[in-house]
Amino acid sequence: MNQRTGKAYDAVIIGGGAAGMAAAVRCAEKGLECAIVDREETLGGILYQCIHNGFGIHEFREELTGPEYAERYVGEIGRRAAVDVFLNSTVVGIDAGTPKKRVIVYSPFYGVLVLTAPAVILCMGCRERNRGNIGTAGTRPSGIFTAGLAQRLINIEGYVPGRNAVIMGSGDIGLIMARRMTWIGAKVSGVTEILPYPSGLSRNISQCLNDFNIPLYLSHLVTGIFGRDRVAGVEVAPLVDGKADHKRAFSIECDTILLSVGLIPENELSKEIGVAINQDTHGPYVDANYMTSVEGVFACGNVLHVHDLVDFVSEESRRCADCVARYLTSEGPPPSQGTVKAGPNVIYVVPNKFHYQKDTILFFRPFIVKNNVMLSVSLNGKVVRTKKLLHVQPSEMVRTILKPADVEKADPGDHNVVEISLR
Amino acid sequence: MSIPLYDIVIIGAGVSGSAIARKLSEYRLDVAVLEKHVDVSFGVSKANSGIIHAGFHHKPGALKTTLETRGNRMFDELHRELNFPFKRIGIIVCAFSYEEMKVINVLHEQGIKNGVEGIVICNRDKIHELEPGLNRDVIGGLYAPSGGIIEPYQFVFSLMESARKNGVDLHTDFNVERAEYSAGVYTLYSTYNEKVRSRYVINAAGLHADDVSRILHADDFKIIPRKGEEYILERNAKGFPRQVIFPVPRSNSKGILIIPTVYGTMMIGPTAEDINDKEDYSTTYKNLEEVFSEARRMVDAISKKEIITSFAGLRPTLKGNDFYIDLSKKAPNVIQVAGIQSPGLTASPAIALYVTGLLEDRGLRLVKKRRFDPVIGKPHRIRDSGAEEITKLIEKDPSYGHVVCRCECVSEAEVVEAIRKGHTTLDGIKFYTRAGMGRCQGGFCTYKIMKILMRETGTGADELTKRGGMSFLIQGHISTDGWYPEKNASQQPEKAENHEPADR
Repeated sequence: MNQRTGKAYDAVIIGGGAAGMAAAVRCAEKGLECAIVDREETLGGILYQCIHNGFGIHEFREELTGPEYAERYVGEIGRRAAVDVFLNSTVVGIDAGTPKKRVIVYSPFYGVLVLTAPAVILCMGCRERNRGNIGTAGTRPSGIFTAGLAQRLINIEGYVPGRNAVIMGSGDIGLIMARRMTWIGAKVSGVTEILPYPSGLSRNISQCLNDFNIPLYLSHLVTGIFGRDRVAGVEVAPLVDGKADHKRAFSIECDTILLSVGLIPENELSKEIGVAINQDTHGPYVDANYMTSVEGVFACGNVLHVHDLVDFVSEESRRCADCVARYLTSEGPPPSQGTVKAGPNVIYVVPNKFHYQKDTILFFRPFIVKNNVMLSVSLNGKVVRTKKLLHVQPSEMVRTILKPADVEKADPGDHNVVEISLR
Repeated sequence: MSIPLYDIVIIGAGVSGSAIARKLSEYRLDVAVLEKHVDVSFGVSKANSGIIHAGFHHKPGALKTTLETRGNRMFDELHRELNFPFKRIGIIVCAFSYEEMKVINVLHEQGIKNGVEGIVICNRDKIHELEPGLNRDVIGGLYAPSGGIIEPYQFVFSLMESARKNGVDLHTDFNVERAEYSAGVYTLYSTYNEKVRSRYVINAAGLHADDVSRILHADDFKIIPRKGEEYILERNAKGFPRQVIFPVPRSNSKGILIIPTVYGTMMIGPTAEDINDKEDYSTTYKNLEEVFSEARRMVDAISKKEIITSFAGLRPTLKGNDFYIDLSKKAPNVIQVAGIQSPGLTASPAIALYVTGLLEDRGLRLVKKRRFDPVIGKPHRIRDSGAEEITKLIEKDPSYGHVVCRCECVSEAEVVEAIRKGHTTLDGIKFYTRAGMGRCQGGFCTYKIMKILMRETGTGADELTKRGGMSFLIQGHISTDGWYPEKNASQQPEKAENHEPADR
């Protein structure tokens, strides 16, 4: 029994963003009693500050804004008595012993709360990489924001972060913020990207940069930040063979810098309980049931790997919740699984195990930008299936289904390895 | 408006000025500290490496050597009274060659002469046993168990809090622009023409000690800023050491060090280069490379991937590299406390004693207060508290249960306490509470802290700063400031026909 709630939970879900909400709704549909813990005042996570549209096309067959998308799930959760929601509540630790796990929560309303359940679902999402992580040289004035923080300041708090911005990195959030900054009357003097191609979707390049005549500097690096109290400008240099060409460096005046240089799954809690982390995703290794290396602890959404679309997060989280329900009701040892690995030209594959008896949906991220690529699935070094893909790039996740037919030649066991590669 | 008249005014609220202020607050004296920044410790001390040196680096006989060794011994008592984070974890100097072992011998001898306790020379086995992460080609070195680590700004904050508790006045945002002397009294004018009068003036102005000396018509000397860049690595970073690790020192610095911080992050640095500009706090790619290659020479596991932030600090150095602490030869009743570079932090409590002695020599009567209270309360930190303690705290004040900074586990109540103690900038709150010092570097907590600041101080969002001056966080409000784009961005993109997915 849980202190103060009197409920015996089947699952405690950490984080009430897109992943946590979808997992909770599906848990309730499967007849599980669960608790969602979120540190913010509302459910919905980052969705509430994403006021642009383009969400929900896969989930709801219509185009929604972030808050509208969140609202649908919040409504679903509100209608289900099986889901308890703890807001303003921060999970500070997990005791991952079996059979009952204890989730330690600090809250102004409940004090120190301990929620117990046989299963825990990690849905903490991700954080933005910041200036320190990329080691940008220069001074440390005010006016440097991650794109997400600027998005929050504008869309929720109603502030103008600055009058003239340079955006480092062409990730989607940065592109969206280039447009948003323009719409609040600020100037965007340029977007820099160290890669020779944009990191964000082509649609955003045309709608957020080209439509506003914002220059995009591909293969350019910000080599310095100037300004004493507030940002005064940046120095930008073209990259030649991976090195900054200082001879051709130039300055851009600005009072604001927004960083859109990647996202990192927030796995500090996971690491503390000994969850093994995949260095390529920065998320946990999970088996074909989305279970981490710690029994009874599952992960889905951006805490597992960074997704392109919130719709895919919701879908993955439902699949994860299905596995949690199966885990809680099944008797006897689980059937064995084989291993999935990323092969040539693939950054990572999720999940890291496959089923022998049923379909395993695999997601992977390409290393390369290329047209007419051959995707090949091999079992223990032998190609079992190939498929032609029209175009791949790192910013777009690819999905493929591993079927029992693909692996029927193998004797079940954990010694078999399936490799996903692109050629 | 009468102008306040003090017995002693200290210019500069860095570690030297704050330590002197606290020492003087034991006596029946009217003391004030003038600080040009909005908060104490925002000058040189802000970027200190936070090492309590053992006392073997400098030659016997130099003023800094005497004060360093004396200062080191004073930290246990200060720690008990002031509750700043402090650990005596020991210092290791590693040698890679027999040539370097000769230097180790010299350092050992110096240490013995300077009275450093427990200092020993280590052979290969001993040094690797003490510090398992060291590279195998370290052949031996020095071990000084009395070395330690502190959080430098928290040390300065607690010194100043203690001084103020015992009656010292602190004037922040007071940049001394000019001074007059007549009939035994100095009148000091700020940039905004505020005035303070005092019989004695102590110049602890760090990088600007030479400028202040000129303003006081005192001695002529030149402070040369020596820049040092430091890099902070995440908690649980690979290669986290047990002791502070030093290489064999060079002519102008102690070299690039590997420093475990009290809170479990790791600091590597600092570089050392003499510059001209007292305001140049920029870091460079070149030095990043240097710092990492030097650090990895000692501990191979250290990785650039784990950097969470970097910063630069400026050491106020004088020709000859010793401290200059003395009565002015030219201006009456002025005491110079200049050139306080490394090991200034370690020496600071001893500097305060030394300055007190100089005042006494000058004829100032020092009478102990009957009511001096050396202790300041330990701030509640949920990061360091157990469940029972936190339950009690939340019952008393629910905002202890509201975690504002997830990375460093800082509650709203702690942020409020920082603000009530006078830390009203983003950086001040960061240094007092650690909110914003973690892996996300304020990405998640900045707006929350802004809201708490506005609520607690009644200031508007556009008045909030990172560290005072013109370092405003935002540049206005949407739609309320009547500020519109020059270009009309009316070309709303057509709705995408092929329903391409949105981002994230």
